[in-house]
Amino acid sequence: MFFFVFLAYFLTFIPRCILLFNQSFQIMIKITEKSIDVQKIIDTVSSLSAGALNVFIGTVRNNANGKNVLWLEYEAYETMAVAQIRKIMDEASHRWPLLGWAVSHRIGTLKPGEVSVVVAVSTPHRKDSFEACQYIIDSVKAAAPIWKKEVFEDGEEWVSARPEMMKA
Amino acid sequence: MNKYRIIAFGITKELLGGRETIIEIKGQTVGALRTALNERYPQLLNLRSLLIAVNNDYADEDVLLGASDEIALIPPVSGG
Repeated sequence: MFFFVFLAYFLTFIPRCILLFNQSFQIMIKITEKSIDVQKIIDTVSSLSAGALNVFIGTVRNNANGKNVLWLEYEAYETMAVAQIRKIMDEASHRWPLLGWAVSHRIGTLKPGEVSVVVAVSTPHRKDSFEACQYIIDSVKAAAPIWKKEVFEDGEEWVSARPEMMKA
Repeated sequence: MNKYRIIAFGITKELLGGRETIIEIKGQTVGALRTALNERYPQLLNLRSLLIAVNNDYADEDVLLGASDEIALIPPVSGG
């Protein structure tokens, strides 16, 4: 009896290992203080069975509300950000046939022109890759606990923190 | 009274005066915590929204708080 239980467990162990091995090269969530290497992310999601690879690159704008932005300060609740992005990706994986995916978000001080966020997905066909990529970046912006503060010449402000009518 | 440790991010970190705050409240729910926070830090009411997360997930007002829960203030997010 014990032998069969062991055998059954062992047989399920092999495919689980293969799955983990495959996945470790095709999915990634990263919150990082270091600059994002876009090519590395593309390599992560690349798949020989993909016919499309879609990348969204968010960059720091040098202006906001008609004022010059000197730099942005990004902050994240890291453990929750990873958990929320994981949820978003579970939903995206149900909706589209994702072969590989990666989400990388910068934190810390970023100057205009720097890359703040990268989302990359690979799918068999291009329509799914466009749709999935847009869904993921929209959801990350709406649900991931990440904040940015704009620093101007004459002050600073947490983006979206206060209602529009309260702005000076 | 129940004592909870709160971690704050973004603008709430500035309004509460630091990353971590210990607060004592009468109730045991997210809603009771919100009421107590609003009384102690009325500037929180000026935010566009304020969500409370428990153990890395957004929590409704009726969620019960435990002493070991990780409780965080989530002002309007602005990643991307």
